[in-house]
Amino acid sequence: MTKDAVSLEFPLTARTCPFDPPGRYAELRATAPVSRVALPSGQTAWLLTRHADVRAVLDDPRFSSDMSRPGFPHLYPKPVEPVLKGTFIRMDGEEHAHYRRMLTGLFSVKRIEAMRPFVEQVVEDCLDRMAAHGAPADIVRELAYPVPSRVICGLLGVPHEDHATFGGYLNTLFDGSSDQEQFAAAKAGLSTYLDALISEKEKAPEDDLISVLVEQQYKPGRLSRQELVTISWMLLAAGHETTAHMIGLGALTLMENPDQLAEATRGPAAMADAVEELLRHQTVMQLGMTRVAVADAEIGGTLIRAGEGVIALLSLANRDPDVFPDPDTVDVTRGARHHVAFGFGPHQCLGHSLARLELAVVFDRLFRRFPGIRPTVPVADIRFRYDAIVYGVAELPVEW
Amino acid sequence: MLRITVDPEKCCGAGTCVLIAPEVFDQTDDEGLAFVVCGEPGPEQADSVYEAALACPRGAITVTEQD
Ligand code: HEM
Ligand code: HEM
Ligand code: SF4
Repeated sequence: MTKDAVSLEFPLTARTCPFDPPGRYAELRATAPVSRVALPSGQTAWLLTRHADVRAVLDDPRFSSDMSRPGFPHLYPKPVEPVLKGTFIRMDGEEHAHYRRMLTGLFSVKRIEAMRPFVEQVVEDCLDRMAAHGAPADIVRELAYPVPSRVICGLLGVPHEDHATFGGYLNTLFDGSSDQEQFAAAKAGLSTYLDALISEKEKAPEDDLISVLVEQQYKPGRLSRQELVTISWMLLAAGHETTAHMIGLGALTLMENPDQLAEATRGPAAMADAVEELLRHQTVMQLGMTRVAVADAEIGGTLIRAGEGVIALLSLANRDPDVFPDPDTVDVTRGARHHVAFGFGPHQCLGHSLARLELAVVFDRLFRRFPGIRPTVPVADIRFRYDAIVYGVAELPVEW
Repeated sequence: MLRITVDPEKCCGAGTCVLIAPEVFDQTDDEGLAFVVCGEPGPEQADSVYEAALACPRGAITVTEQD
């Protein structure tokens, strides 16, 4: 096989087991860990499947996150637009750091830990509603979507009476079943809402993220209003579906593995370890992270030339047997935190502490409140999101 | 004994190390940059310190053993 021969069409969506990434990827990692794949856009890219290679690329300034650069690997053909000011997830170097540094203090472990009572309250409220609804109930609808939505409300400073409106917009945006008109209306509605929220915080600042950004960055002129709206959007886009589907998949994984569930619910330290293992095993960003090389670079023994695209497949890196012994087995006592479920390098997830807090509180409270909880249908009858950007369960009916 | 340093030039401030080894690492309030609060921790901290160094997304943490 020549180096440039295409090994497969990316992405694969068919899975043998819904809890494991498509099997062909693992075969590639064993035989051709840096291999060329064809994308639906007509482009080709290098697919990286080893933990070491994935980490190397994501922490290497020769690989850019800027989607508007020539050669950037797009999954689907679409007009290339310049990256909007403030969308730092798609920026590099100093430009990226300029924005990220405005937020890192707001996501510090201390500040996120201070949100614990609020997160607990949100989770208890959702569980109250689930109990009132009665069995069977859908965990995705009752817990997985509302918890991250309301937690982001708390983070941004959306007042309690607006949570339902806000959650409604998010549901329309992230629920695959809304049509284009509903989608556009929700997008416009949310933008208008965020703009009005900024005006509120300008008048009456509180301790929330938008207030702090208004005081520290917007008023002194370091951040424009448009940038502030864009950053708020980005936090919604980044923190909602990801966390939601980790809740759904994590709950299902625990219910399907009663011995692991028993281990996880032994106490806070055991639950923290379990959350790490679920993040590793069920890496929801199933399409990996895309980058384009801006200079020639050798990765895993393969020369990647400037202008070529790469896909760092997080889900496969997290099943690399060289790093995680017996990687396909769920072992909540593994205690490994060097997985890449939150990415790696300068773009590593800014909200990881918040996501980890949400997951630990949700699983702790869910199984304490409903100890006998179980799916009403066998796994074979559960709908999984095989072709979504964020993997997960579409619905998860349970009884208790 | 362990000696630990964090390179502030590399640190991207999301506090993975603080989550893993809270007795050893902390973050600044303004930019969330990590710093070492306990530069010479005891042997009971060794596992979490090494795990933090391994998990750090920028390879910003150096751990050396000294006697
Ligand atoms: C389990 C839930 C989550 C997962 C699996 C996840 C995963 C990720 C990953 C893989 C990246 C790296 C993107 C890249 O390299 O291009 C990322 C970045 C990011 N995440 Fe998360 N995330 C989660 C929850 C959250 C939450 C709750 C928030 C905030 C509310 C958040 C905010 C962000 C932001 C702002 C970035 C961009 C960071 C940058 O470019 O510097 N995420 N996330
Ligand atoms: C405001 C924030 C964001 C915007 C505007 C945005 C925009 C986009 C767009 C336009 C695409 C289609 C890409 C294509 O042409 O193929 C895409 C795909 C994708 N996004 Fe985002 N995104 C945002 C946040 C995030 C975050 C936080 C993550 C990671 C946690 C993420 C991960 C992905 C992945 C994995 C894909 C599919 C792979 C690809 O095509 O690059 N995005 N995003
Ligand atoms: S884990 Fe690394 S990059 Fe993250 S805060 Fe700690 S030292 Fe900084």
